[in-house]
Amino acid sequence: MSQVENFDAVPGALWRAIGSEIGLVLRRRRNQVLLAGLAALPIVIGLAVKLVSSHTDGGVGLITKITNSGLFLAAVVFVVSMPLFLPLVISVVAGDALAAETQLGTTRYAMILPVSRTKWLGMKAVGLVVFVIAGVATVLVVSLVVGFALFGVSDMTLLSGDTIGPWAGVGRIALMSVYVVASEMGMVAVGLFISSLTDVPIVAMAGTAIVPAVCTVLLAVPQLQAIQPGLLTYHWLDLTTFLFAQPDVALIRQGLLVQLAWVAVFGSLAWARVASTDVKA
Amino acid sequence: MSQDDDAAKVTADAVVTTTGLVRRFGKQVAVDGIDLAVPRGSVFGFLGPNGSGKTTTIRLLLGLLGADAGTIELFSQPIPKAAGKVLPRVGAVVEGPAFFPYLSGDANLARLQAIDKTDDPHTARRRRGEALERVGLTAAARKPYHHYSLGMKQRLGIAATLMRPRDLLILDEPTNGLDPQGTREIRNLIRTLHADGTTVIVSSHLLSEVEQVCTHVGIMSRGRLIAQQSMDDLRTARVPRLSVEVTADTTTAARKVLAKLGLAPDGTDEASMLVTIGEVPVPKIAKALVGAGADILGLSLEQPGLEDIFVELTGAGFDVAG
Ligand SMILES: Nc1ncnc2c1ncn2[C@@H]1O[C@H](COP(=O)(O)OP(=O)(O)OP(=O)(O)O)[C@@H](O)[C@H]1O
Ligand SMILES: [Mg+2]
Repeated sequence: MSQVENFDAVPGALWRAIGSEIGLVLRRRRNQVLLAGLAALPIVIGLAVKLVSSHTDGGVGLITKITNSGLFLAAVVFVVSMPLFLPLVISVVAGDALAAETQLGTTRYAMILPVSRTKWLGMKAVGLVVFVIAGVATVLVVSLVVGFALFGVSDMTLLSGDTIGPWAGVGRIALMSVYVVASEMGMVAVGLFISSLTDVPIVAMAGTAIVPAVCTVLLAVPQLQAIQPGLLTYHWLDLTTFLFAQPDVALIRQGLLVQLAWVAVFGSLAWARVASTDVKA
Repeated sequence: MSQDDDAAKVTADAVVTTTGLVRRFGKQVAVDGIDLAVPRGSVFGFLGPNGSGKTTTIRLLLGLLGADAGTIELFSQPIPKAAGKVLPRVGAVVEGPAFFPYLSGDANLARLQAIDKTDDPHTARRRRGEALERVGLTAAARKPYHHYSLGMKQRLGIAATLMRPRDLLILDEPTNGLDPQGTREIRNLIRTLHADGTTVIVSSHLLSEVEQVCTHVGIMSRGRLIAQQSMDDLRTARVPRLSVEVTADTTTAARKVLAKLGLAPDGTDEASMLVTIGEVPVPKIAKALVGAGADILGLSLEQPGLEDIFVELTGAGFDVAG
């Protein structure tokens, strides 16, 4: 006779697990510090531009456009964080995802509850995606607020020369942020895979952080032209296409497809790792 | 009753059964063809020196490791195939507790409940509180885990297994780091669970403590299960020894007469000696000693403790098997 009445899944169990994972990621002090770091970016860049622009007039490029419309601050911060700060922050959190639990030993206690390996990887992935969204949303909101505060709300003169109203401008920036989130999904998958390889989180973090750097180096080698369009970072800076009156839809689609491919490949690899190996430590 | 009958009975009503279970790490055979049978309702002491394969066996039972050969059944269901179905009935502490250091004890338990798909959220908080209460952690429930002492960590690990009723509890070194009070509480806890019908597997090398609660023992040595029986059988199977102490000047006479009775006293010329008496009745030995002119200072029958049996079976060497 069993004392244990109920072996069936309780309704809503999956959502509770995902909620718990999201809570774990967002409530973790270290991750909050990372988000705060991202929030500091628009403030620093905004103030720097404000100080410099009061001494000089004119100049070229995106940065000088900030002085015309605060909306451009968000665009500039995205361009800066897309290849640099966001991947770094994501590397830390994604590299940690599986490796830290293995190192702590909490993985084995999850496995014997039991939690299926697929659900385990799935909830980790959702936690990471939510963190990426939180990071990009933080950049977006703080950029808009700081941009408006320092440079005011006005029409936005696009890179193509056309002018759009402030609300349409906010729309463009919002689209841009969605593209940024999507463009970091490959990083999430790579990070999860590398995190599944080791029980030393710092190794997984470093390993993940190196991937976009390596891609950037490969982009500089002319002989590798054939494979370059498939590299993780190839389409990252295409986010500026949203600053043209007619964004290049084909380019965006390619960028998204590259991310999808990386997610498919590294997601599968991560799943194979998690599903097949002995639970270490 | 013959040995075979015994074995058959045990297997029929076993909660855990393994046959020919093997697990290697590289060249090393950590678990070397063991046939484990843990009877339903027993408190099964799983003993063995450091590195003998206890933890590896437990990890195999829980599906945390894959076996290289052999079969495992929990509640007559194959592991790891049926792990998803069987493991909700099993609670375990394996190789020490493991929790998030920056979460409180209570939050850590809540996390486990949240990712356990069979855990009822409506009663979760109450069951969590009761489990903490049961291991005496109520006052420290809100402290972050990294502020816990070793014993408090161990207690939290046990609390995690108590949040719901279990049919089988596997405790790997549960009293590691606990103070004497805590050790006694765990022992009482095991007794209570046993009385409720839970089968408990306790691995330990603190033999005296296992001895007090176990109904059965399995003894591992270098990856092999070298003994597996009920405590009663184990005790009666071992011949008691007689401790004989005589005056120094009659030592030689005493040793000579013991040797004549076919008994081999240990040591060579000490006045106190241990004799494995076998079939020889104690009064006969006493009379013979007196008859030979030995002045007896003390004569007492010693039942071998689990520790003696353990050392006898596993060898007294201190070095772990590489
Ligand atoms: N992941 C692993 N990789 C390599 N060897 C391992 C691994 N886990 C265990 N071993 C080896 O297997 C043997 C058995 O280890 P195990 O942990 O099962 O011993 P134990 O009986 O639990 O010892 P203790 O009483 O010290 O806890 C040891 O020699 C150990 O070195
Ligand atoms: Mg062990």
